[in-house]
Amino acid sequence: MATDVQDRTATESRAQPARPPRRNLARWFSDHLVLLIGILVLVYMFVPIGYIFALSFSQPPASATGHTSATGQFESFTWGNWTSICDPEGLCDSVKLSLEVSITATVIATILGTLMAFALVRHSFRGRGVSNLLVFLPMATPEVVMGSSLLAMFVAVGMDSILGFTTIVIAHVLFCLSFVVVTVKARLQGMDSRLEQAAMDLYANEWQTFRLITLPLAMPGIVAAALLSFSLSFDDFIVTNFTAGQSVTFPLYIYGAKLKDFPAQLFVVGTIMFLISFVFVTAGEIYRRRRVRAWS
Amino acid sequence: MAETSQDLHLESLTKRFGDFTAVRDLTLTVPSGSFFALLGPSGCGKTTTLRMVAGLEDPTQGRILIGEQDITRLRPYKRPVNTVFQSYALFPHLTIFENVAFGLRRRGIKDYKQKTHDMIDLVQLGPYAGRKPAQLSGGQQQRVALGRALINEPGVLLLDEPLGALDLKLRRQMQIELKRIQTEIEVTFVHVTHDQEEAMTMADTIAVMNQGVIEQMGAPDDLYENPVTTFVANFLGQSNLIMTDIIDGSGAEVVVDCQGQKIGVTSERCHAQGRKAWLGIRPEKIFASQVGESEHTDSNVLRGGRISDVSFIGVSTQYLVAMPWEQELMVFEQNTGRRPLFKNGDNVDLSWSSEHAFLLDADQDAHAGMMTPEDRE
Repeated sequence: MATDVQDRTATESRAQPARPPRRNLARWFSDHLVLLIGILVLVYMFVPIGYIFALSFSQPPASATGHTSATGQFESFTWGNWTSICDPEGLCDSVKLSLEVSITATVIATILGTLMAFALVRHSFRGRGVSNLLVFLPMATPEVVMGSSLLAMFVAVGMDSILGFTTIVIAHVLFCLSFVVVTVKARLQGMDSRLEQAAMDLYANEWQTFRLITLPLAMPGIVAAALLSFSLSFDDFIVTNFTAGQSVTFPLYIYGAKLKDFPAQLFVVGTIMFLISFVFVTAGEIYRRRRVRAWS
Repeated sequence: MAETSQDLHLESLTKRFGDFTAVRDLTLTVPSGSFFALLGPSGCGKTTTLRMVAGLEDPTQGRILIGEQDITRLRPYKRPVNTVFQSYALFPHLTIFENVAFGLRRRGIKDYKQKTHDMIDLVQLGPYAGRKPAQLSGGQQQRVALGRALINEPGVLLLDEPLGALDLKLRRQMQIELKRIQTEIEVTFVHVTHDQEEAMTMADTIAVMNQGVIEQMGAPDDLYENPVTTFVANFLGQSNLIMTDIIDGSGAEVVVDCQGQKIGVTSERCHAQGRKAWLGIRPEKIFASQVGESEHTDSNVLRGGRISDVSFIGVSTQYLVAMPWEQELMVFEQNTGRRPLFKNGDNVDLSWSSEHAFLLDADQDAHAGMMTPEDRE
């Protein structure tokens, strides 16, 4: 009986190579088609980043104005750009301002947005439906419209004299808020309210329940919202352009540089930003996998 | 020790949600240390009742007392009551140890570590103390939920469909386990369920709830053998209900005209008012015999039946018997093998002892409490 089965499988595997080779090739191709397309898409996504990375090591030729200006051609290898990041006038100041703005805006938007999300998910009050809808509006408004109307408003209330850090933060909090509310709300809606009831049943008062159960469970949503806010705020150009006055954030600096000399150090800053986010994402993924492995 | 002071009293408890009355004027006493089941279909108000005792729902009217203490308006965390939630509500971000220790730590109990380990051992989860709930099987999670509640030594433990998420085999096992723990620690258990078998297996006393009120309360065998409403007769097991006219209700045995044949029912089993009544008889109490074969003198007999369906289930055979008045009656027979099975079309007489039937009010719906397949799930 057993030998019979063995024999049959043996004949079957021996019979396989007899297939025509052309059909095998077509078969291989169709099996790996998705993989091929996937690789092409990845290449498409990463070519610009690789380009920036490479150019950050390129020695730019001296331009007519005496400043160096990158041309987009890889001239010759140098560490020079990496050791002189702050040499171009205003570059590091603009990065510093961008960091200050986006951190401040992120903190304010995350706190406000989280509170709003809690109110919208956990409490029923008059106008909740309308609030739910209105919260989406800033997301849907074109940034050009939002930026120009903000500027008009700032001027109207006499804030045009202080256009800069404060007005940029106000504007950034405004558009980050919607994203925070939406992200945290999604997390809260997925949470089982029985967990809080169970905590209350087990002698935790309202504050302890919030601190020990609600907040830790909502935290992944809040962290995601904060990261989203930060990246939205950090690279915003349009709204910032209207509300910045004389201040120059990093995106504004790049735009300005494009019009005159283009310092190669911009590629360095770009590469650093990419590497930082790469480290964050990788660390998050490793942490997640460890946790999954510990569970199984 | 004043044991009786820990009885749970519900006094005219009412809960309305807008126009809908979930619980209507409910009054009952659960004696300390007993295993009490609230049994009913979904939406009957049993879970709302439980949540009011836990403090998760405010009663519209009425009072809740444990012993002498009025807990009606106390916040949940001030009550000597703990709950095993439906689908457990374990804290997913905390370990099993932290879950079980949660209640003790909130109350600032110093030697919580030792007590927590003891409780984790009691529910047989020693090796899993450091794991997260998601790493445990359903049965193990169930035991964590139980341990997390029991460790607080509550006056009353509330169980909201605690076994609903387990498969049948595990459920049977946990039923025995729960009953064992309850007997061991002598805590009052109030168990909410829609599973009549589960309620009957575990509880000392069952209250059958329907549409916000208690239909009947008593020991499991009392409820089963002597139901007072058609709802209880159908919800607990199965019943044949036949429309009859009461001929003589004065004696020790009430005599009824059952579609032209005289039947006697013990008078303490007569719960009918008026001239008409539903005659109820459980399928396993009916004995089917071939026409003309001798029957006991103390038996009631219905003649003229014809077997219309035979289902062989292994331990028993379930017959449907078509009666002359165009009603089909269920008859269950143990497969003792002492006599051959009936076949479709066989003519039979049905008989039973008069103390096995019951009479119910004719105004009631004969289909009340019958479960559709969805309800069973």
